[in-house]
Amino acid sequence: MSTNFKTPAAAARGLGSAKSGTGHHIKQRVSAIALLFLIPWFLYAVIAASRGGYEGATAWLAQPWNAILMILTLGAAFYHMRLGMQVVIEDYIQKAGMKQGLLILNTFVCVGLFTATALSVLKVWISAGL
Amino acid sequence: MSGSEWTDPRPMSPHLQVWKWHWTMASSIFHRVSGVGNYLGALLVSAWLIALASGAEAYGTVEAVMLHPVGQILLFFWLVSVLFHLANGLRHLIWDGPKAGFEPKAASMWSIVNFAFGIVAAAIIWSLATNLF
Repeated sequence: MSTNFKTPAAAARGLGSAKSGTGHHIKQRVSAIALLFLIPWFLYAVIAASRGGYEGATAWLAQPWNAILMILTLGAAFYHMRLGMQVVIEDYIQKAGMKQGLLILNTFVCVGLFTATALSVLKVWISAGL
Repeated sequence: MSGSEWTDPRPMSPHLQVWKWHWTMASSIFHRVSGVGNYLGALLVSAWLIALASGAEAYGTVEAVMLHPVGQILLFFWLVSVLFHLANGLRHLIWDGPKAGFEPKAASMWSIVNFAFGIVAAAIIWSLATNLF
């Protein structure tokens, strides 16, 4: 018979030896479900927006629903990207320093780009004064 | 060397050097490859949005890069990558939720369908976008 060395608290938390349990997996799936709806809209949207040049694209993004859906898409996509790239880095980069550096860079790139793009959408929307 | 007598029947993780190519491993590998591709493409989309907020001149520069033949090829591959990842990602959700499609024949067939969807849907969207708009 195998002996269970887990403390009662560790068993109750259920986070296992990797200390994060199924959290990463569930976050990846929930953001995937959001993107399943947002990405088809996004592909149509970018094609529709970019056909009219600068004026057409700004007028398009200034519509409230387009701005809202664009920010939701950006949020779900950068969140999903950060989680996915994290696993790729963890799987293939062996040197601890390089791995940790790239994991931090991944987070900074995704958070930074989300902030910059979400603010860009808000700027276009507010500038239009609708 | 007894090591050459290795007959462990358990499946190994799909690593490029040790796995024979077949449809399910290819869709698994390319799910990850297309995920990284989508990440790189998202940098381009970010540049487009930031340029849109920066003004007509910045937008013109980004638009010129995207309309350049090299930009167009990158955008097309990005579209294929996004659509394949979307279809194969939906299959991951079906595997996790209803737990359907694990039988080897069904799994292989859906791998082929996902690859075909990525390429065919990208071609259709591309031709609609360039002809209708």
